[in-house]
Amino acid sequence: MKKNVLQGYKGRALAVLQKFKTRVWSQVEIDTTRGLFKGTILPRSENDDDRHIVLKISSGYNIGISVDTVTSIKEFGYKEAKYKIKEREFPYADDKPNVKLLGTGGTIASRLDYRTGAVIPAFSPGELYGAVPELADICNITTEKLFAVFSENMGPDEYKILAVAIGKEIEKGTDGIIIGHGTDTLHHTAAALTYMIQNPPVPIVLVGSQRSSDRPSSDAALNLMHAAYAAGHSDIAEVLVCMFGPTSDEYGFLHRGTRVRKMHSSYRSTFRTVGDIPVAKVTRDSLVHMKDSYNQRRKDRKVKILPYFEEKVSIVFYYPNMKPDIINSLVDNGYKGIVIAGTGLGHVNKPLYTAIEKAVANNVAIYMTVQTLWGYVHMHVYETGRDLLAKGIIPAENMLPEVAYIKLGWALGQTDDPEKVKEIMLTPIQDDITEREPYNGYLIYQGGVPEVEEFIKKFRK
Amino acid sequence: MKRNFSPRDNYQKTKSAVGYVPLHKATQADYDRVGFKAGLEVHQQLKTEKKLFCNCPARIYNKYDDYDAEIIRHMRPTLSELGEYDGTALMEFKTRKTIIYRIKNETACTYDIDDTPPFPINKQALDIALEIALLSKLNIVGEVHITRKQYLDGSIPTGFQRTAILGVEGEIRLRNKRVRLIQLSIEEDSCREVSDVGHVRTYQTDRLGIPLIETVTYPDFANPDEVREGAEYIRFLNRSTGKVRTGIGAGREDVNVSCRGGTRVEIKGVSHNKWIPEITHNEVFRQWALLKIRRILNKKVKNPDNWKIQHKFLNPEDIEFISEPSILAKENKYKIVAVNLPGFRGILSHFTQPGKTFANELSDRLKVIACIEKPNLLHSEQIEQIFPDAHLHKIKDMMNSNPNDAQLIIWGPADDIPTALETIEERCKMAFERVPNESRKSLEDGTTIFERVLPGPDRMYPDTDSEPIPLKEDHINQLKKNLPVEIHERYEQLRKWKIPEDTYNYILRNNLVPVIEKLIEELGVDPKFAGTLFGHDLKYIEGRHAHSSDFSYEKIYELIKFLKQGKINFALAKIMIPFVVRNSKKDFASILTAIDFKQIPKEDIINEIPVLKKKFKEINKSRNKDAGIHWIMGELRKSALGNISLAELKKIVENTYKTGIPRTKT
Repeated sequence: MKKNVLQGYKGRALAVLQKFKTRVWSQVEIDTTRGLFKGTILPRSENDDDRHIVLKISSGYNIGISVDTVTSIKEFGYKEAKYKIKEREFPYADDKPNVKLLGTGGTIASRLDYRTGAVIPAFSPGELYGAVPELADICNITTEKLFAVFSENMGPDEYKILAVAIGKEIEKGTDGIIIGHGTDTLHHTAAALTYMIQNPPVPIVLVGSQRSSDRPSSDAALNLMHAAYAAGHSDIAEVLVCMFGPTSDEYGFLHRGTRVRKMHSSYRSTFRTVGDIPVAKVTRDSLVHMKDSYNQRRKDRKVKILPYFEEKVSIVFYYPNMKPDIINSLVDNGYKGIVIAGTGLGHVNKPLYTAIEKAVANNVAIYMTVQTLWGYVHMHVYETGRDLLAKGIIPAENMLPEVAYIKLGWALGQTDDPEKVKEIMLTPIQDDITEREPYNGYLIYQGGVPEVEEFIKKFRK
Repeated sequence: MKRNFSPRDNYQKTKSAVGYVPLHKATQADYDRVGFKAGLEVHQQLKTEKKLFCNCPARIYNKYDDYDAEIIRHMRPTLSELGEYDGTALMEFKTRKTIIYRIKNETACTYDIDDTPPFPINKQALDIALEIALLSKLNIVGEVHITRKQYLDGSIPTGFQRTAILGVEGEIRLRNKRVRLIQLSIEEDSCREVSDVGHVRTYQTDRLGIPLIETVTYPDFANPDEVREGAEYIRFLNRSTGKVRTGIGAGREDVNVSCRGGTRVEIKGVSHNKWIPEITHNEVFRQWALLKIRRILNKKVKNPDNWKIQHKFLNPEDIEFISEPSILAKENKYKIVAVNLPGFRGILSHFTQPGKTFANELSDRLKVIACIEKPNLLHSEQIEQIFPDAHLHKIKDMMNSNPNDAQLIIWGPADDIPTALETIEERCKMAFERVPNESRKSLEDGTTIFERVLPGPDRMYPDTDSEPIPLKEDHINQLKKNLPVEIHERYEQLRKWKIPEDTYNYILRNNLVPVIEKLIEELGVDPKFAGTLFGHDLKYIEGRHAHSSDFSYEKIYELIKFLKQGKINFALAKIMIPFVVRNSKKDFASILTAIDFKQIPKEDIINEIPVLKKKFKEINKSRNKDAGIHWIMGELRKSALGNISLAELKKIVENTYKTGIPRTKT
């Protein structure tokens, strides 16, 4: 393939570069009506305009030159940059647990993409060791890159591939699994893997980072160390999400894959166990259990992989004045399952009743969850709830809406029989439904309260 | 070598061998001899309401112990865009610091602490910076690219500073030369350091994110005074816009200095321009001394590439004569290590800066890189002899030292010793090769200490969170229309007005030319009077009275306008200004009452003269022929102020003596 020497440039900028017979990575002097500029021409992001040339000047800064002001370009050299994390062979120690790191993409390992100007995932054990050598003190790591996608592009196909791959690794005898993953849908994948991988004998730890690893303050390295410790050394044989506890570089939490949710668009401590407490607190060399009951690590390899998923499932986030056509269009388009995130205890308005009746008549499974996220669906309290029950909506207890969505897809992937689906849905798996909600399961303290402020000051955010 | 080696004599001897002369005795010939070269990086906070990349208020400072929460971070080096690790980055990583940020809710948000991506750049700040870039004759870029400049010292929670170039290749005009500018950038200010002890460094986040510009010059300055002149010029230029912050820390300079054969060394955070000459002077001689050391070492040591230190762990008892390390060792389980430096005799006490020797270069690095607090070493060439000869011999024997060697004793936490030894060896090896590329911190005595390895262009990385910002032609042209007059023209203007030169600094520092111009043009004030009213009188008053918070120089204009309307002589302003400065809310009429001013017709005062003349004759004992004039002026001064100009009155009194008639002109 011919190398694109004018990477990212288009339209007028491209024409100017061609006119002066120059290319990306050329060292040039550009004369303009705003004066003389000297530097190396860099590739341009595809989404940026066609009116500027990007130049790296000798102090290391980048600047843009407006093509309309260019009067001449003189090339005096050429220097192509190669962005590469130093690869070093990951050392092996007999006395350390063997952990498999499966890569899916995301910011846990990433590098600059000149095409879009954004960061793209990069991943190899050598690179990883080059960037986070401390990992070798924790465990032996081998890696496999399954796919390189942003987390928003993860879906049922990826869940299935991942579940099967993990099953194979377990059979091969690994001591623990880490999955590097973008954070946006980390909790969806965690739920999917919890359902698809039944009875795992080793920890399966999903980890990501909220600040990309190309910045010095990134949480990537520490999250990875926490995950490596949890996967290699912990005795919790469950699907877990491992992310920062506080925003400070102090410790991580291990959250159960079915009760965890991303709660802030950018904070490091964005993942929270909802309606319960995390399973454990983890550092790079220690683990403290927070919950008493969990599945213990086992020597056997008896794991059951159920890689099924029906894609025709949707979540409907109810809002006041929602019209029946929203539900109707799903039914008309052949959807087999709908999870409603209703208001309060699990409600929608009356105009939707006819649509719901039609859906149930069409054998569409409809489950009710709450958009308050915390708390149970209680449909017997108000008339609306009782009406909805009568129309065939099934309350999903205190299952999180996203978890209910994943579970319904997984259930419908296994059977079309509404009764069997209902049985699967309402049988608790790994606390996706809990019998009781402890009082410390709901903690959103309000700032400004003196006691809260004092706590924050003392214990770090 | 002779047995009776005296470190003190060696210090003096090497100081004169280097050719060190104190600043006040140095001439251009001295600077030419050592090849003095310096450039400036001038930082200036911009006067905006909000921070550069978030909506926190800019410039509310909290006390260091006033905070709502603390956050802990660690910094890791990352690759630059060109795929290289930066030297400083690696050094900082070696130091393994825990960084604590203190946050006050009113001055810092989740952006400051790197829990939220940046908001679009502050347009107000961008425009002020562009205005200054235009004034600096820079070539303005077509598109602003936000870049990340790595700082692993923790001074910025992201680990990098968001910064962008607005213009390149400009110039400023000093009295005798033009100095070229490399570039001007806009950037976010960093945290203020609270403390740095061992492996913990604490910052507060109030200053973080305040819009800042950095003007960088070429190394065109040929002596320390020129550097200061350049710094003043750039400061005045920034202030001439009236849109930059003033006060402590609002303007800070980094000075880059080298000697012939030396290296660019960056001296950070010089907050007073008056310190610049001393600091640059000492730095150029420090480098000159290091080159001298290099010559000595290369003569003494045959194979520098194979040069190595030797070390041995000591017991606390071995060094009981020096209480500090031995106590520390017992209490904190510190390790004590003796280090032999082959061929370094005469080097550790070699002059580097006034009162400092090569041993300081080692001690400074131990503090910064190995995180071992000072005092952290003793050596065989202490100027103050703390090391008893007998012990020194014992250590030399233990190390099998050669008479040509020098010895160190270092101590610190066991975990830090490997880094400490590495650091010593690394610094000593550099002594054979070059002046190390580093940034240094200035001290009040005019000397400097090691701060960190100087970062290079490898620490730059495009900010993937921000989009480029195009600078359209018509926007730039619009800004060009409203630029203030250039500083060198301001100087010209002041000279033309015959305002005394000793006021220029004050006037330009406070950007007073526009208000002086208004006084002259609108109120017909004599230029020289206007200039000295600010540059002498107000300056004097400001030295004695604190400003009330809402005082502005515009108040002086209003005062003069008030006097003009009341037909009161402007000289009265000098008495009224202290009141205005102290309490600018007070109305001018009540100040007149407070100073007991009475409006008296000019003639009434003049008519007093013959009476007073007569009275003086009766009481006079002086032989001075002007005594009468002085006495009468003294008597009339109070009633004259505001009613008649004292110069005019004096002429009339003189005339009375000469002609007998009180009048101004014949």
